[in-house]
Amino acid sequence: MLSKLYAAGVALAVVAASAAPAAIASNGADSWSAIEQAANGQTVYFHAWGGEPRINAYIAWAAETVKDRYGVTVEHVKVSETAGVVTQIVAEKTAGRTSGGTVDLVWINGENFNTLKTQGLLAEKGWAETLPNWQYVDVEGKPTVVSDFTVPTDGQESPWGMAQLVFMHDSARLPEPPKSLSALAEYANANPGRITYPQPPNFHGSTFLKQALITLIDDPQKLQSPVVDTRLDQDLAPLFAYLDDLHPHLWRSAEAFPQNAAQMRQLLADGEIDIAFTFNPGDASSAIANGELPPTVRSFVLEGGTIGNTHFVAIPFNSSAQEGAKVLANFLLSAEAQARKQDPAIWGDPTVLKVTSLQEADQKRFEMLELGVATLSPTELGQTLPEPHPSWVKAVENAWAARYGGS
Amino acid sequence: MQKPQPTRPDWVSASVVLLLSAPVAVGLAGTLLPAAGFLPALGGHQVSLTPVRDLLEAPAIWTSAALSAGTGLAATALSLLVVLLFVATLHGTRPFGVLSRLMSPLLSVPHAAAAFGLAFLIAPSGFLVRLFSPWATGFERPPDLLILNDPLGLAMTFGLVIKEVPFLFLMALAALPQTNADQLSKAAQNLGYSKTSAFFRVVLPVLYPQIRLPIIAVLAYSTSVVDVAQILGPTTPAPLAPRILGWMADPDPAMRFQASAGAVLQCLLSGGAILLWLAGERVVRGLLQASTLRGKRRRREHTARCIGFILTAGTVFPAILGLAVLGLWSISKGWWFPSALPSGFTISHWADLGKTGTEVIWQTLVIAVSVTLVCLILVISVLESRTRMKPSGDGTLRKLVFVPLLIPQVSFLFGLQILSVLVGIDGSLLGVAMAHAIFVLPYMYLAFADPWNHLDPRYQQVAMSFGASKWKVLFRIRLPLLMRPLLVTLAIGIAVSVGQYLPTIMIGAGRVTTVTTESLALSSGGNRSLIAVYGMLQLLLPLMFFAAAAIIPALLHRDRSGLRV
Repeated sequence: MLSKLYAAGVALAVVAASAAPAAIASNGADSWSAIEQAANGQTVYFHAWGGEPRINAYIAWAAETVKDRYGVTVEHVKVSETAGVVTQIVAEKTAGRTSGGTVDLVWINGENFNTLKTQGLLAEKGWAETLPNWQYVDVEGKPTVVSDFTVPTDGQESPWGMAQLVFMHDSARLPEPPKSLSALAEYANANPGRITYPQPPNFHGSTFLKQALITLIDDPQKLQSPVVDTRLDQDLAPLFAYLDDLHPHLWRSAEAFPQNAAQMRQLLADGEIDIAFTFNPGDASSAIANGELPPTVRSFVLEGGTIGNTHFVAIPFNSSAQEGAKVLANFLLSAEAQARKQDPAIWGDPTVLKVTSLQEADQKRFEMLELGVATLSPTELGQTLPEPHPSWVKAVENAWAARYGGS
Repeated sequence: MQKPQPTRPDWVSASVVLLLSAPVAVGLAGTLLPAAGFLPALGGHQVSLTPVRDLLEAPAIWTSAALSAGTGLAATALSLLVVLLFVATLHGTRPFGVLSRLMSPLLSVPHAAAAFGLAFLIAPSGFLVRLFSPWATGFERPPDLLILNDPLGLAMTFGLVIKEVPFLFLMALAALPQTNADQLSKAAQNLGYSKTSAFFRVVLPVLYPQIRLPIIAVLAYSTSVVDVAQILGPTTPAPLAPRILGWMADPDPAMRFQASAGAVLQCLLSGGAILLWLAGERVVRGLLQASTLRGKRRRREHTARCIGFILTAGTVFPAILGLAVLGLWSISKGWWFPSALPSGFTISHWADLGKTGTEVIWQTLVIAVSVTLVCLILVISVLESRTRMKPSGDGTLRKLVFVPLLIPQVSFLFGLQILSVLVGIDGSLLGVAMAHAIFVLPYMYLAFADPWNHLDPRYQQVAMSFGASKWKVLFRIRLPLLMRPLLVTLAIGIAVSVGQYLPTIMIGAGRVTTVTTESLALSSGGNRSLIAVYGMLQLLLPLMFFAAAAIIPALLHRDRSGLRV
């Protein structure tokens, strides 16, 4: 009973602290140690996509470490689609459960975040910026850490890693991959059935459509603001003209599509297709190490850059272990956890931190990392293109489904 | 509620039926309201037709509906045809024994595992093409052929058939002894009919009513299946049920309403398919009668036998071979096209299961065993109370037990999810176990009712004449005599529980993981070996219990010649 009262007091203190950003630093440290105390003994249910054993192993490591250091038990709830977690939180709100929710922390970005944010299903604003490790986040260099698909995060999600659309090819079969949309179409024309993309509304499939849209639309600046319904058909026309030409030459003549990026990578491994893509620049190297891709696979990006974004962790409004979730989020932001995550042998996911702002010992952690055999260097990765506003995703997906069948 | 009235025929059955149908009814209501625009948490405060309109405007919605109905009806009809031909032509022959022994373990294979196995087998880059490439086919690379996910749903229909044939076969096999099949068939053969036409003319009319309920359950399942459709089915567009699930998981909350409307459509569609089937029954019965009245005798027994064998083998062997390939993937290290075998073998995929894997297996077993035991007690209570009361032909209650099998899961699980949150059992083992029971109990009843009803009543009469009480008769006579079917029923319960995906994921709130939820979560990733490991686990856990059901009675009854098989 006492500890509950105590926890409630801490929660009030946190709200007060975040409501008054001007609070002096020592106050912040005090409230953080109070959070750490309240977190001790809590169980955090971390809902995160569970399709990749390497990532699962990394999360298991983080869980173990947080348990040892802060007494927070982390249960990784492996989900196949993050949207399902959104559904679950909605169901809980429907049933009137405003506390004691089943989701304490969720791996999220883009449309899912936008839904939770606009429906008021997230924990209070600003919490992410109260985390002690927030000071090392590269807000200037990586603006997407505070702007998720153009939607301001308002500190309602804490950045976890950087992603960029990267293409993979088997150099043994395809030594010189096509590096532009038009080259890709020419290649498909000359090699029918060897190119495809995951079926929208799958995340990677929609990203491919957005990538094409950025290149093909008359004015890419339009994509930074919400869709204008009256102009939509006109804006999407070049995209669909391109796809109409491309589809007859796609894998299975575009009558079937891989359902996700992982299945696409499997098709590349099986030799059914020649190009696959991923949002994780380290994916190819790690998959080669695991025997999931032939050792001759290499990565490339399109000329003019590819779409990049940030992925985050967020706390739902009714989380039963908010303090524990914050402690975990803070640990995931630490130099130690971020460097380990960037190691291609572990996961290969780029950091959200500004490495030069770290203490020397922590900078060393990053300098020691070796790129994998099929991983591009930051210069090779080239320019990152910003994600369009989330409303474009829905618009493109709906138009795609109406044109090519299904959803 | 609590006071049993002597006039009420059978309150045990009634309460079990209530236990099963109440959650279904509440779940349906929880789907129907959002379908009419009512879901306050998402701002739906007023009843409106918008969700229905959105649904009807969804692209290619009628193609999806037609696919669901078409693949479901085709899969059911084909499975039934294969089973009937098999029983008609080969019953009592040696190939019959061999194939039926192969079919029993297939019953324990969850649909998803069977579908994965089939996909690994028949894909253009799958095992069969690898086996013949490049030396026979000339393929250095997989051909660009649309075999899986074809727009007509042929692969999906085949995937359903290979799973439903063993189920319907075992149901038919259990029902045969109640039909005097042998005598009827002999009488017809004496009149000059071949064995096969004797079966269709005189045995089928008495056999069919006994297996109608399982057939309808197969039809309801096949028209609303999610996992098999996701693995083998068409995607442009997909059948209705997977699309509903996709809408339900859409980040845009407005899609929830459309999904609920879709769930209602799914319910109507499955119901319509059942009505169509019942109408088809009449047509076929009429045709058979007319042909019998014409009295023609044809003797092409050998051809009929060959067809029966080929069709059955054509469904049984792909299933088994698919599972073998699944097993091979689970121990493979780098398996590139067109190699017929992996470039290396490793047990690391199994070893990696480690701590998490053990927990998942443990949790799966705890749920399955406890659900199955509770359901067994309920099934025996219902059967015993019916035996004691000898109710005069009120089959209605009995049929209500099957309601959960006739209503598509997607149509009531969302409502049930909200209910479980309200009661506060979501995300708990208890909640998941209760949701499983809704599906486990009907199947166990289906498996145990026939052996129970066909136990020779004279055992009981003799025991009673010696002064044994009703309880003593139950525990000392009936249950020991029914040991074998009882253990098989338990194994079936385990298999059904292990295979549940939607109820586990939706009521378990993701906190309760079983080998099936883990397997489907991994299938969104790219590690085929790990998918295979969990597919094998899905298969091995129930198989253990089927093996026990075969071995235990043999050991216990080794000195009772009358109980040996």
